[in-house]
Order: sequence, then structure tokens, then C-alpha cells
Amino acid sequence: MPKITFIEYDGNKSVVDATVGNSVMETAIENMVSGIDADCGGNCICSTCHGYIDDAWLGKLPPMEAEEEAMVEFANEPESNSRLTCQIHMTEELDGLIVRLPETQG
Amino acid sequence: MSDTNRETTVIVGAGHAGGVLATSLHQNKYAGRVIVLGEESHLPYQRPPLSKTFLAGEVELKSLFLKPRETYDKAGIELRPNTRVAKIDRDAQALQLEDGTSLEYDKLALTTGGRVRRLDLPGGDLHGVYYLRQIDDVLALQPQFKPGARLVIVGGGYIGLEVAAVAIKRGLDVTVLETEDRVLARVTAPQLSAFYEKVHSDAGVKVRTNTQVTGFEGEENVEAVLCKDGSQIAADMVLIGVGLIPNTELAKDAGLEVDNGIVVDEYTRTSDQNIVAAGDCANHHNDLLGRRIRLESVPNAMGQARAAAATLCGQDKPYQALPWFWSDQYNLKLQMAGLSQGYDDMVLRGSIKDQSFAAFYLKDGLVIAVDAVSRPPEFMVGKKLISEKIKIDPDRLADESVAMKSMA
Repeated sequence: MPKITFIEYDGNKSVVDATVGNSVMETAIENMVSGIDADCGGNCICSTCHGYIDDAWLGKLPPMEAEEEAMVEFANEPESNSRLTCQIHMTEELDGLIVRLPETQG
Repeated sequence: MSDTNRETTVIVGAGHAGGVLATSLHQNKYAGRVIVLGEESHLPYQRPPLSKTFLAGEVELKSLFLKPRETYDKAGIELRPNTRVAKIDRDAQALQLEDGTSLEYDKLALTTGGRVRRLDLPGGDLHGVYYLRQIDDVLALQPQFKPGARLVIVGGGYIGLEVAAVAIKRGLDVTVLETEDRVLARVTAPQLSAFYEKVHSDAGVKVRTNTQVTGFEGEENVEAVLCKDGSQIAADMVLIGVGLIPNTELAKDAGLEVDNGIVVDEYTRTSDQNIVAAGDCANHHNDLLGRRIRLESVPNAMGQARAAAATLCGQDKPYQALPWFWSDQYNLKLQMAGLSQGYDDMVLRGSIKDQSFAAFYLKDGLVIAVDAVSRPPEFMVGKKLISEKIKIDPDRLADESVAMKSMA
């Protein structure tokens, strides 16, 4: 099982197991990681699952679809490494992924 | 205190609000015992896909659940499905359950949601007359969704139109009946109604406005829908989507203040300091709107549930949020924020013809609501314009050469 490390804004770190095929957002929700709201349930509608992807992993992710691109730039405090975590689906290759979470969502 | 020294919080209602409240308590390091009572047999789940991807068979039942069972187990949250509460005894701080047992609480959270409004019309109990609110409703409806089957939808609101979109794609013969002179009449501007009527008509849905249903005919199974103008519409099945009634009876019978929902303050506290309420059943004062309101929406249910969890943990976090909603029909993504009632001006941005536009509703020069069709930036910036009361020149708002981002 690939692992994801979530680092909350206050520095609290959780390392959790992800199921291949599930989104990064779903993995956070299942493991009750604070800092991801995911109000719309993964439909790329609300941008409340915003996370900053660690630089080492950014290039390994599939590029954003137009829908995500349109939403992410309006998330709270977007940066060049911002992604909507509902749009990133886990693969074995993403084992070790590090995602930092913003202070507040949406 | 209950049977142990640990405080016990009982959550009545295992919908979106109840589920989020339970896990938020855990996330807030709540030290007490948490019990969630739900009438349905399922884990807390997301309702929005019921009339969209789940009805269409595009997603599995499992994917609807807010969290898998193990997550609750790990957190020590006790889920009790198929459980109905008969009465709240506030003096004894206990619930009487319909199975005759009772359950003591120290803190109580009411997340009882709502139930579909039923049409009390002749023939309304015939087989083949459906409503849609729960997973089981969809499971009953789905096998009837066969190409060629005649589906008559009563109510041109979001549920009715979303079901129409799924059904026509599946090859059903679909008619939508609406009593008002346009669909979505209560929630959106005439231009948006006209747009959605055209989208549905182009897809093959027969949309009949100004049409009042007076009853249903058939032997055992519904065969026709009767209209006030004397016309009859042949039907193999009927779906009624005419709104929701909040489940406030328990609260009312217990003497809590109820006025179009269980009345709560900004911390989701009811008139009893040991009881909070959240979600579709709760009526809160929204500062942004300047009035009390009961909202039927997922973001509201989740936001209030988080605020309620904070309150129960002694960390008061007032709930103040701009209402927002969404609806998926065909490949159109409708995102709405604010409430448009009382607008005195409307600004259109984009192209209705190209199915990519936004309607901004203004009152006294300020944007109070936005309906964005496949226009995420307009929705996201619109939210900001509304909640931060940013004054914007209507001409700039309409001008596509001015980027949305530059406006807020």
C-alpha cells in the first residue's frame, strides 16, 4: 500500500496508508486528517481539498485537467504547487507522497 | 452523567451533518463517548450523487459513504443504524427509542435532516410513484430505468431536472411537469430557467410548465398522470420532487424552539444548552444575509456540523458562511452562491448560447448571488464579491476582457 504524508498547517504530521485508485482527498477523509474539508465530495466544485504538493512529487503527478486548473487558482492562498487533492488518484509510484495543507480551506 | 464517568454525546440522524459531526468530535479530540443513531440501514453517506452519478449507475454504492466503517470503529464512534427515536426527555437527559429502550445523554446533537414532501393526491400510493431522498429510493427506481419507459417527473426543481437528465440519457421517454410558469422558479432568474428548459428540450425531455397535477391513475401500477387542465399523460412511472420537510417533530415535542427548523444560535446551540442542531433541520441567523434561514445544502450541513462539534468540545467557533449549492445536468456544471431573492439588477457574463456563462444578481449595487454555468472562476470570485461585499461596476462584471481574478 502506498503511503501519503499529510502535514497540517500547524505542523502536525500524519502518515497514512492509501488504497491504489482512491484519491488523495479520500485518503485524508478516511483517515480523519484535519485540514481537508472536501465539501463537494470530490467533484471538483468547491476547492476545499486544496493541498501543496512537495516539490519532489510535483513532476510525478499527472497534469491538471481543465476543470481542476480553473478551480485551483481560486483556492485559498494558491501557490505554484497547489493541487486539488480530489483529482489526484493514488498509484504505487506515488508511495511516499508528501502533501502540506493550507491554514484554511475555501 | 451516564453509566460511566465519561460524558456521552448522542447524535440523532446519520446523514451528512451527523456523520461529519461525529468525526469532527474525534478530530477535535473529544474525550467522551459518541453514539450516532440513524434511521437508515446505511453508513452516513453523500446524498448529492443520488440524483446524478449514482442514479446513472456511474458510481458504486460504496463510494457514497462519507467514510468506511473502519474509520468510525478506529475512532470509537458507535454507529447504530435502523434506529428511530420516539421522544427526547430533556429532564432525564434521555432518549426513548422506538424499540422501547432508552438511551441517556449528556450532550445531544440533532441532525435529523428532512424528508420528502409527499403529494397528497388521489392515486399517490400506486406502485410506480417514487420519491428520491435516500439510497433505497434510488435502488427501487433504478431497475425501472429501461429504455423506452415513460417517466413523468412532477416538479421542475433540481432533483426533477437532474433525474430528467439521467433518464433521457438512458433512453427513457421523459416529461417534466412544473406548476409555475418556469422551471427552477423559486431559485433562479427567468433567463436561467429558460436556458435549462431549452437544454432539456434539446435533449428530448418534454417540459410542461403551468401544469398542475391533480392525481394519478392506474390499477396497481401507475398508468397516467392527471393534470388540472384535463389532460392525461401516460406513464410507466412517476417521480415526485417537490421539496423537503425538515424533521423537527422530536425537537418541537421536547419543547425546543422551532420556527421553520430548529432555532439555533451562531454556535449551533438550541434553546437547551445541552442540545445542538445542524444541517437541513436547523434554522440559524446568517449575518451575511442579515436574517434567519434554514438551508438545505451539503456545505451548510458540513459547516454547521463542524461548528457543533467545536461547541461540544468547548471551543466556540461561530458558524457564518455564504450559502452555496451545485447541480450537475448533462455536461453542465452549475455552481451557485448566495441567495438571489430580492435582486434589483442582473448582469450576464459569457454566452448563454455557448452554454458557458454566469448570472450575477445585484441589490443596491452589491452582488448578492451568482449562478455560474460551467464557469468556475465566476463562481469562485463571485463568492468573494458577495461575502466581502466588494463594490463592482456592473459594466466591468459583464466585460469578458476584464479577468474575474482582477475583481476581488
